[in-house]
Amino acid sequence: MTSHLPILQVVVPLIAAPLMVLLRHGGAAWLLAVGVSWTSLVVALALLAEVSGGGLISYALGNWPPPWGIEYRVDAVNAYLALIVSVIAAVVAVYMRRSVEAEVPRERHYLFYTMYALCLAGLLGISVTGDAFNLFVFLEISSLSTYVLIALGRDRRALMAGYQYLIMGTIGATFFVIGVGLLYLETGTLNLADMAARLPRVTDTRPVLAALAFITVGISLKLALFPLHLWLPNAYAYAPSAVTAFLAATATKVSVYVLLRFYYSVFGGSTVFEALPMAEILLVFSLAAMFIASTVAVFQNDVKRMFAYSSVAQIGYITLGVSLASATGLTAGLVHVFNHALTKGALFLLLGGIALRIGAVRFEAIGGIGRAMPFTSFGIVLGGLSLIGVPATVGFVSKWYLVLAALERGAWWIAFAVVTSSLLAVVYVWRFVEVAYFREPDARVSALREAPASMLVPAWLLIAACVYFGLDTGITVGGAGAAAMELLRGAR
Amino acid sequence: MRDYLVLRVIAKLMIAFMLVFALYVQFHGDFGPGGGFQAGVIAAAAIIFYAIIYGLPAARTVVPDWLAETMVAAGVLLYASVGVAGILLGGNYLDYFVLHADPVEGQHRGIFWVEVGVFITVAGVMLKIFYLFAGRPGEEEEGK
Amino acid sequence: MNIASHYSYWATIFLAIGGLYIVIARGNLVKKLIGLAIFQTSVYLLYIAPGKLIGGTAPIVAEQFQVYSNPLPHVLILTAIVVGVATLALGLALVVRIREAYGSIEEDEILTQDRDRAN
Repeated sequence: MTSHLPILQVVVPLIAAPLMVLLRHGGAAWLLAVGVSWTSLVVALALLAEVSGGGLISYALGNWPPPWGIEYRVDAVNAYLALIVSVIAAVVAVYMRRSVEAEVPRERHYLFYTMYALCLAGLLGISVTGDAFNLFVFLEISSLSTYVLIALGRDRRALMAGYQYLIMGTIGATFFVIGVGLLYLETGTLNLADMAARLPRVTDTRPVLAALAFITVGISLKLALFPLHLWLPNAYAYAPSAVTAFLAATATKVSVYVLLRFYYSVFGGSTVFEALPMAEILLVFSLAAMFIASTVAVFQNDVKRMFAYSSVAQIGYITLGVSLASATGLTAGLVHVFNHALTKGALFLLLGGIALRIGAVRFEAIGGIGRAMPFTSFGIVLGGLSLIGVPATVGFVSKWYLVLAALERGAWWIAFAVVTSSLLAVVYVWRFVEVAYFREPDARVSALREAPASMLVPAWLLIAACVYFGLDTGITVGGAGAAAMELLRGAR
Repeated sequence: MRDYLVLRVIAKLMIAFMLVFALYVQFHGDFGPGGGFQAGVIAAAAIIFYAIIYGLPAARTVVPDWLAETMVAAGVLLYASVGVAGILLGGNYLDYFVLHADPVEGQHRGIFWVEVGVFITVAGVMLKIFYLFAGRPGEEEEGK
Repeated sequence: MNIASHYSYWATIFLAIGGLYIVIARGNLVKKLIGLAIFQTSVYLLYIAPGKLIGGTAPIVAEQFQVYSNPLPHVLILTAIVVGVATLALGLALVVRIREAYGSIEEDEILTQDRDRAN
C-alpha cells in the first residue's frame, strides 16, 4: 500500500465526495469529512518522510510509463505543500461542525461537505501531479468547488462574490490552459519533467515566451497577486467562516506552488529571471500589494474584510521572496507559505467563533468583546502579532528570511520596505485591539459566551503552532529550505 | 405542451430512438466518435424532451429526484472503483492491464466500465441541472 | 505559409478577444457568462486545429498510412469542454439565485442595491 501513497493522497477525498452525496445526512457527511482530512494528513506525513533527504517518488497512473501516461511525481516541494494543505484540512474539518450548522441551511449540509471533499481532493491533486493538463483539471476541480462553497454563505452578497470569483477564476484557468497548450505545441509533451528536458531547444521561440506570459497571468489571478486580487476581499468576507479559513490558508498557497513549479522545474529559473525581467515585475507588484493592500485594510469596517486585504498583502510578501530569485529568497517565500497558512487559518477560525455568537463581524458590533470572549480575542491578538512579525511568532521568521534575502542582494530599500509595511500591519491589528479591549461592551456583547470548544480548540491549536514554530523553526525552515534546494536543482 | 398533437406524437416516436442512439454512442465510443459524456447528454436530452412535452411532474415520475442525485454519485464511485480494482489486483491506480489475463482484453474491460460510470454521472448531472432550473417557482408564468 | 493559411489561429484570436471583451464590457450577468463560454471555445480551437496534421489520417494503425493525426488534443479538449459545461452550469445557477435575491441580473443595479444597503 505504501507504494500507492501519491494516488491515495488524492483518491481518498475523491471517493469520499460521492459517498457523502449518497449518505444524504449532514452529521454522517461531517464524520466522513473529518476521517478523510485526517487520513490525508497521515498520507502527507508519510510522503514527507519518504522524500526527505532528496528522495523522489514517481507513480505512473494506469501503469503507462511516464512520458506517455500521467505521472504523479512527489519531491520535497510537493510533499511540503501537501503537508500544509492536509494540516489545515485536518484542523478545519473538526471546526466545521458547529460553524456549518450555524451558517448553512440544514438540508444543504451534506452537499457542503461534498464540496469540501472535492476541494480538498483538487488541492491535493495539484500538489502531487506531474502532468500539466492533469494540473489544470485539478485546478478547475478545486476552483469550481470553491465557488460553490463561497456562494453558500449566509449573506446574499456571497452569491455575487462567488459569481465574481467564478468569472475571474475561470479566465485565470483558461489563460493557464492556453499557456499549457502553447507549451504542448512546442514540446510535444504534457509531462512536466519531460517538458523541462525538451524546452531548452525551443526556449527563445515566441510561443514559449507567450506560454510563460499566459501561465504567469493565469496563475496570478488564482494567486490574488495585486492587481488581480479583486475577487479575494468579497469572497473571503462573505463566505462561511470555515470556508474562509480553509481557502485563505490553502488555495492561494497552492497557486504559488504551481507558479514556482513552472518557473523553476519547467522553464528553468534562468530563462525566467535572468533573460526576462520577471523578477522586477514580481517585485513591483509585491511591493504594491504589501503597501496598498495593508493601507486599504486599515479603513475597513468589517473585520473579515480587513483580514482579507491583509491576506493580499501577505501574498505580496510571498511573491517578494520569489522575486528575489535566490536560495534564501525562495526559502523565505516558501516559509511564509507555511506561516501565513497557519496564521490566517487561525485568525479566520477565531473570527468564525465570533460570527457564530454575533452574526456579522463588524467593528461597531464587537466593542468590548475582549472581556466577553477572552480566549478568542487573545488568540486574534496573537495572530495579529504574527501578521506584524513580532519575534517569537512565525511571522517574524518569514520577515527575517525576507530581510536576509534582500540584504544578500544588497537591496537595503527592499528590507526597509518589508519593515515599513509591517508597521502598517500594526495599525490595523491595533484597530482590533482597541475595539476589543478598550471599548465598553454594550448589553448584547456582555451577554456573549465564549465560542464552543469544538471551534476554539482547533483555532488555538493553530495559534499555538504559530508561536511554537516561531520559536522552533527546524521543521518549517528545514522543509522550506529543502523545497527551495529541490526547485533550484532543477533550474538551469 | 401536451395539447399539441403533432408535438406529442413526434415526441413519442423520437424519445425511444434518442435513448437507443444514446446507447449506440456509448458502446461505440472505442471505434468512432462517442463515449460516456456524449451518450449521457443524449440520454438526458431524451428525458428532458419528455419533460418539455408532458410536463415536469410526469418526468419526475419516470426519473425521480433521488434517482438523479444517486446517479450522479454512483457513476463517480464506479469510475473510482475501477481504479481501486486496479490497485487491488496488483497494478497501479486505473491500471487496466491487470483487469484480465489478456492485457488487451483488460484495457477493453476497463474502458467499458469507466465509460459506463461517466454515462451514468453525466446523465444524472444534466437531468438534475434541468430539474433544479425548471423546478424553481417563476414570477411571471401563470401556469402556461 | 502565408497569413491566410493560419486561418484557424486567426479564428482563435478573434474568439478569445471577443469573448474577453464581452466579459468586461457587458454588465448583464448572463452575457458575461456567454462571453466566458466564447473565450473557452477559442481555447478548444487552439488545441485541436494543430492536431490535424496535413495529410494525416485517423489515428488507427494501418499498413498503407504513415502519417496519423494526433488524437491527444481531442481527449484534452473533451475534458476541457466538460469543465466548461460545469462552469457554465454553476454560473447560471448562481445567476438564478442572484436574481431571486436581488430582483435583477444587471451588475450595476446589484452593486447599487448593495451600496444603498450599506449606507
